[in-house]
Amino acid sequence: MARYDRAITVFSPDGHLFQVEYALEAVRKGNAAVGVRGTDTIVLGVEKKSTPKLQDSRSVRKIVSLDTHIALACAGLKADARVLINRARIECQSHRLTVEDPVTVEYITRYIAGLQQKYTQSGGVRPFGLSTLIVGFDPYTGVPALYQTDPSGTFSAWKANATGRNSNSMREFLEKNYKETSGQETVKLAIRTLLEVVESGGKNIEIAVMTKEHGLRQLDEAEIDAIVAEIEAEKAAAEAAKKTPSKDT
Amino acid sequence: MKLDLSGLQSFPSPTMAEVGVGENDLFARPSFQLPACSDFDGFEKEAIQMVKPAKGTTTLAFVFKEGVIVAAESRTSMGGQIASQNANKIVEINSYLLGTIAGGAADCQFWHRNLGIKCRLHDLANKRRISVAGASKMLANILYSYRKMGLSIGTMIAGWDENGPGLYYVDSEGGRLKGTRFSVGSGSPYAYGVLDSGYRYDMTLEEAAELARRAIYHAAFRDGASGGVASVHFVGPDGSKKLSGDDVSELHYKYYPVGKTPFEQAMAEATEA
Repeated sequence: MARYDRAITVFSPDGHLFQVEYALEAVRKGNAAVGVRGTDTIVLGVEKKSTPKLQDSRSVRKIVSLDTHIALACAGLKADARVLINRARIECQSHRLTVEDPVTVEYITRYIAGLQQKYTQSGGVRPFGLSTLIVGFDPYTGVPALYQTDPSGTFSAWKANATGRNSNSMREFLEKNYKETSGQETVKLAIRTLLEVVESGGKNIEIAVMTKEHGLRQLDEAEIDAIVAEIEAEKAAAEAAKKTPSKDT
Repeated sequence: MKLDLSGLQSFPSPTMAEVGVGENDLFARPSFQLPACSDFDGFEKEAIQMVKPAKGTTTLAFVFKEGVIVAAESRTSMGGQIASQNANKIVEINSYLLGTIAGGAADCQFWHRNLGIKCRLHDLANKRRISVAGASKMLANILYSYRKMGLSIGTMIAGWDENGPGLYYVDSEGGRLKGTRFSVGSGSPYAYGVLDSGYRYDMTLEEAAELARRAIYHAAFRDGASGGVASVHFVGPDGSKKLSGDDVSELHYKYYPVGKTPFEQAMAEATEA
């Protein structure tokens, strides 16, 4: 038993926790995920790597709900994600039982981040290899929220964020193109961000939309394809407008 | 098949322990060494019976349109002896939550204080006040885990939160009831009689306070274990406030002023005539 007391995550001489940084590497290799917060809608989008022909794609859900008003998408080790999501779901219900209130997005994010941090400061365990994007509406004020956690256990709120593969380019795109949106515009922004790094098409993207009234709704392939087509049309129109100079000059 | 119960390990200790508050005595699950005797169950029953009759008190609380009224008398008795005539049976858990004491005074005082700590920690962690439902649930869960260990607590948690006025009855058996009118203690039957017959939801603050005062007075009049001072508190949207504290014997002469007996009356009339 004494062998399991030794910590795996220890400081390096220059103040780094290498295990945590390696975990972040694992996240960087995971599938791309993006979250965008609108005024009344929050959208989560995840890159869907091509499923093998024989695999039942319905069993591979990348955007999950933690409670009726909270959803989560993640990038990194999927097996670690399953464990973390289970613990978060239990905590959501436990909170409802003990305090007779649904959790706020901040509370459950803090819980998940706390869990991730614990595994960077315990003996015999390694950090969770995933970053999560947590979205939801505050059960009382109805304000939408988007949070991100990472393997070190830090968390913060975002207007829009991306994680996983090519997250830097996605974040750059968001920084350039983000503005307060609502409804379908928020969905389009999320899809446009994902399309920057993912092959175009409904079968490579998984999108879920959360609204206060309808909770979490996964968009099906046809819907995604339709929106992608809209986006492409808009892009083509913008290109065309740029090429033909304005007649007034 | 071995089930994986690791996800359930945080039950029944409070969820705050998970977020790193740290194991300290307040949050540790209760345990003590069992006494060496042949019939432990019988011993346990006897121990509980010894403490049980101790709820010599009258406390009451009710919800009405302005908020919640909480009232209690102030006598503590140890068996047949009056230990104090000015005990404080209404405790402020925080500025918007009141609790009442019935049963073991030490148990009530300690656990109310502990509840105040937990409520404050909740406020700090979640940046919002805990609801009355949540506070009473925390207390009820703790008392449930101490079931059959001889605690004697019959308390009401009254307060004002986002959903308006809230009133819960919580006891040491682990029971928790939401309601609009409660009275706890040996004087409660008398208090219920007055309270139930005079209660209306749309009373004014003064009417409600007077109803509570009269109910406590009548309980103190008939129940030997109740007496002292009838204090009335109010919890509204701006927090809790003490409305009045009247000595029960003075209230008696206010409600039933001394008049001449029929004999004295006749004598007085005879001398006048």
